This record gives sequence, C-alpha cells and structure tokens, in this order.
Amino acid sequence: MAVNTQTWWQQGRVVETSDLAEGVRRIVLAPDRPVHAVPGTHVDLRLDLDGHSRKRSYSVVRSDDGGRRLTLGVQLAPSSRGGSRHMHGLEPGDVVEMTGPVQSFPLGVGADRYVLVAGGIGVTALVAMADALRRRGADYTLVLAGRSRRVMAYLDELVEAHGDRVRVFVDDEDVRLDVGELVGEIAGSPAAARTEMYMCGPIRLMDAIRRAWAAHELPEPNLRFETFGSSGAWAAEDFVVHLPQLGRSVHVGKDTSMLDALEDAGVEVMWDCRKGECGICQVKVLDVNGRIDHRDVFLSQQQKETYASLCLCVARAARGESGSGSADPAAVTLHLP
Amino acid sequence: MTILESPPVTAASKIFNFPRNAWYVAAWDHEVTAKQPLARTIAGRPLALWRNGDGRAVALADACWHRLAPLSKGKVLGDEIQCPYHGLRYNSAGRCTSMPAQETINPSATVPSYPVVERYRYVWVWVGDPDLADPSTVPDMHQMDSSDWAGDGETIYAPCNYQLILDNLMDLTHEEFVHSSSIGQDELSEAEFEVSHSERGVTVTRWMRDIDAPPFWLKNMRDKFPGFSGKVDRWQIIHFEAPSTICIDVGVAKAGTGAPEGDRSQGVNGYVMNTITPETARTSHYFWAFMRNYRLESQTITTQLRQGVHGVFGEDEDMLAAQQRAIDANPDHEFYSLNIDAGGMWVRRILDRMLQAEGLPSAAAAK
Repeated sequence: MAVNTQTWWQQGRVVETSDLAEGVRRIVLAPDRPVHAVPGTHVDLRLDLDGHSRKRSYSVVRSDDGGRRLTLGVQLAPSSRGGSRHMHGLEPGDVVEMTGPVQSFPLGVGADRYVLVAGGIGVTALVAMADALRRRGADYTLVLAGRSRRVMAYLDELVEAHGDRVRVFVDDEDVRLDVGELVGEIAGSPAAARTEMYMCGPIRLMDAIRRAWAAHELPEPNLRFETFGSSGAWAAEDFVVHLPQLGRSVHVGKDTSMLDALEDAGVEVMWDCRKGECGICQVKVLDVNGRIDHRDVFLSQQQKETYASLCLCVARAARGESGSGSADPAAVTLHLP
Repeated sequence: MTILESPPVTAASKIFNFPRNAWYVAAWDHEVTAKQPLARTIAGRPLALWRNGDGRAVALADACWHRLAPLSKGKVLGDEIQCPYHGLRYNSAGRCTSMPAQETINPSATVPSYPVVERYRYVWVWVGDPDLADPSTVPDMHQMDSSDWAGDGETIYAPCNYQLILDNLMDLTHEEFVHSSSIGQDELSEAEFEVSHSERGVTVTRWMRDIDAPPFWLKNMRDKFPGFSGKVDRWQIIHFEAPSTICIDVGVAKAGTGAPEGDRSQGVNGYVMNTITPETARTSHYFWAFMRNYRLESQTITTQLRQGVHGVFGEDEDMLAAQQRAIDANPDHEFYSLNIDAGGMWVRRILDRMLQAEGLPSAAAAK
C-alpha cells in the first residue's frame, strides 16, 4: 500500500475547470512530480489570501494517468475562510503551489461491509473509495445526502456507477437522512462489528453519526472520518480574542482562523495538524462572550461542553442564535501556554 | 506462443528489481504467533507479523503512526498490538484503537495493514496495491500440506539478490560442480533439457537415463526398495511460477521401468519446494522444503532429508553470497548467458513484464 503521510511541495498547473453542480467547481491539476493518489488522499494548496499565505486541503476526487491529472471538487462557501473563492477563480494555465498526495483517510481492507456517508461536498473524499470498493467486489453502501440535487456534485455519475448500492437523501425533497435509522440498521446487521463506516461532511452530520455510533456501542475504531475543520455549528463570523497575559486583543475576520490571526498579530503559538485533530494547539478558555464553535475532533463531546479549552486552528467564537442580532462581535478570553 | 505487440527489452540486470503486486511468503505459519510479534522485511517493507484473537495472521507496517517506533517490539494484546513506546494500540486493520492522555482517537491514526493469506504452511503477504491482491494467484505449493506428501524444510537468509537464487534453481547443471558429493554427477551437464513457458510459468525438463544413482538418491531408493542396486532413470522437472516460486519434481526410478513414460512406481519421487522472498535488493528470505510421496510414516526419513538438503543448500548459500560479493566488486562487468540459462532468462522476461506493468525499472536502485 502506497502510504504517503509526508508533505512535500511542488507546482501544479490548472489544466481544466468546469462546473460540477451549483457552486461546485471541478479543477484538474497537472502536478510537476506526478504520484498516483490512492483513495482517501488529499492535497494541500498554499493560497495567497489577502496578502497572507494560507494552506487549504482538498480531497482528490480522481487520480488519472498515474497522478498526472488530479481532479478536485471545490464548493464555493459563502462563509468560507477565503480559500474556495480563490479556487473558483482559477483558470486553465494558472499555477498553484501544492503538496503531493497526502494520505490521512486510508480505506481499509478486509472489513465485511463498508458504508460510505457523504454530506454535501464531503462526497469528494468518497468517490474514489466507492470505485475501489466496486472493483474489489466488496459489500458496500454509498449514502449521499445534500440540501438539493442542484448542489450535489457527482450525484448522477455515482448513481449510474453504483446502482442499487447508492442511497440518496435530499432535504428539499423531504427525503432526509435519518442518522438513527442508518446507524441502527448497521448495529442490527450480522456484520455489525465488522462494518466500517467512512464519512465526510458537515460537522453537525458527523457529530450526529458519532453519537449514534457510540449509543449503539459499535466499535469506535470502525468509524472513520475526515474533516478539514472547515464546518461548524454556526457560519463563520468575525470575533475577538482577548489575551490578558499580553494585555492584547486580536480581531479574527470571518475568512481567517484564530490560529492564523494570532500568528499574523505576532503571537507565538504551537500547532501541528491545523485541522482540529492532534490537540497540540489546545489552549485554556478563561471566558466566553457568545458561544464556542469548537469544530475540532480532538476534544470529546463532554470536554467541549465544559468550554474549558479549545483548538486554536479550527475553533471560532459565534454569537449563537440569541445574540445574532447583536452589534457586538462574540469574544473569547484565552490563557496561552 | 505469444505474438508480441512490441519487442521485449533484454533483461539481464544484475541487481534485479522485484514486483510489489505479488504474494510473497513472509514466514512459516508457526513463526507467526499471538505471543510475540515477528519483525521481517518483505519486498522492502518492514512488517510486524502477529496473530489476533481469532488466530488470523496480521501484517502491519512496522512503524507506529505517532513517532514510528517499531510495533514488532510491542505486545500482542488479544485483537490488538500495542506500541512499545507510548502504548498506542492498533487493531488488525491497522486502525488505532487507543491513544494515551486523550479522550478521542485522532481520525488519521492508522498504520498500513497488508493483505495476508495463509496457505501451504506459509503466511503470504501482498505489499503492493491491495485492490489487486487476489488470493487465487498464490503460487501452487500444494505438496506442502497434502496428505499424499510428507516432509519439512527451513529458511535460508541469503545475502544476495533474489534473482540469483532463481537462476540457481532454474538450471541444475551446477549440481555437478557445487554438489558433487551428494546429488551431482557428470551426466547433468551432458543431458539434453527442454524449456517451455506460459504467461506466469516456466518449465525446464531434464531426463538422464540409465545412469548410476548419486549418493543422495541411492539412499532414497534404498529407503523404499531395501538393498536396491543398479542403474536408474533420473528426472528433474523445474516448475517456476511468478514471481519467485520454484517447485522441482525430482526423482529416480529403476532404469527402463517406464518412468519417462509416466510409470514412476519403481522409483522415488520428491518435490523440492522453493519460494524466495526479496527482503532488499541484495538480501533474500529463501524458504525451502523437501517433500516426498513414499514412506510417509517415517519421521526419521523426514529428518534425514531435511538435514541432507540443508547440507546441499549450504553449498549454494556460500556460492550465492560469493557471487553477490563479486557482482558488487565488479560494477562495470556485464552478465553473459550460456545455453543452460534459457529457463532463467524466461523467468527474467516474465518478471520484467510484471515490473513494467507496475511502472518499475528492471534494475533495482543502486545501493
């Protein structure tokens, strides 16, 4: 198994772009040093956003010709951190700084059954996995959930390729994904303990599945997921970080992460994964005005509810439902190590 | 016959590369246990081999996801293996199941788990693209655990490129010179041989009629036919199956009793089972066994044959190690072929096609 967890940088040329669905752009990159991207891999791109160099991760939807053509699918997120707007502006001939394929969501071998769950643009992480499972002749189900067919990338292609193995749930058709039912069906099947689920989608969907998975006492290691820390309980908004140790306050724009804003302001912080997985950038929370939108997968649900700490790389402050009319931005007061 | 779309390249690389998309023997079945992981490098991949609670053999990459400490130095705990350094645990799929000092498990935390098949008393591992790992392509070594055959073998850790061992086994003329005291005899280099090949296999057949049995074979004849003396017809039928398994049908029968025509009842028949696993470009795990289809009840004969072949193969081991040293000491010298190398050259052609299909060069990277 070619497993590349190492990050190395190269240049990639945009060779094709097209629209996949409403607000979803297909971008085909030709890297300098082609390496086949196996299912579950992503590439990181270094983007210049408002004069700052920012890293963004995108799943590789397809790897063709030994990795000479890597296809990405990028959703234009109105509340994004700026990356998707930049990506949607790319044209053939443009050159981007990119990593080789990085594997942090490997598809296992040998499970009795596989259930792939894609929420919205999360489908981009699962297209290649579904193809691999079909080629293997594995027992698998592909669950596709979205707000509306118009915005669901790859929908027709996947239905055609995987036939009866696809289940489609569309909110605006009132055919909604019932997480309890989906996980309950797995838990009640003879292969329950040997079923692996791979999910990628909004963090609210993934949290719901995680809770249902735990409630049915399914083996935690069999629930695989990938999140780039890019979705939360609330849309990203501007907020303020107070740092009493330094006697400073830092403004965090809605397009910027707290970690980036602190570093831009010259505050030294420690970090590693920058996607809410490792916990290295965890800091203590002293006070909150509004709500904390954690967005990480390092802290447990219980830890998140106490508001005692957060991961700087993905967490945000939000005014929440009650305060959304307020003129004052939300704020967190942090104690840095 | 194959009609070629393009002419094949000449493949006489001295340090031959190895295909990754192939089943290789990683260990004898008894070497892989639930007590202690086994560290072994297979086709360039360091593996930790162990058995889970179901008794299933597992092959994980021998480096913890966290700081790459070797899992093979860790403990097997039921269905999981525990890293010796910080106690991270992994299941047989390679997924981390426990991390120290945190309530969640990092979603990226996995180590590669390689497809494994247990067959013919061996644990076979596939280190290439797991989607291509088809258990039906495990090379046929059925004599190893058939009730019609008895025998045993050993593992040689050979300090040479695996292709040198394949060359050694595809042409047995060398027995006359390397193994003169046991199985060698003058007729070996005098007898004609025939070579045939298929997509994944090569067969070299040699018959020597009406000859004296060399010491090894005289002893075997006397085990079955006490007091035997006289001339024999001797055969060596070498079956190669890609990428690196060679099963040699060997034996002698009383001369003129019809063995070449198919009646072996007046003879003794053995199978020299060989499967060679590249460890690195210059080292190999050479698994062999000697199986026989007579006197199945006798452990004494099993032991004597294992010891006898151990001695014979010790002579090969010395030659192969010396050959590899000479190859490395003479980097600007080429290989030339003799008529007797036809079988070995067909093997190279098959391996070269497998390497091409994987986009790999036939020569292994320099040291």
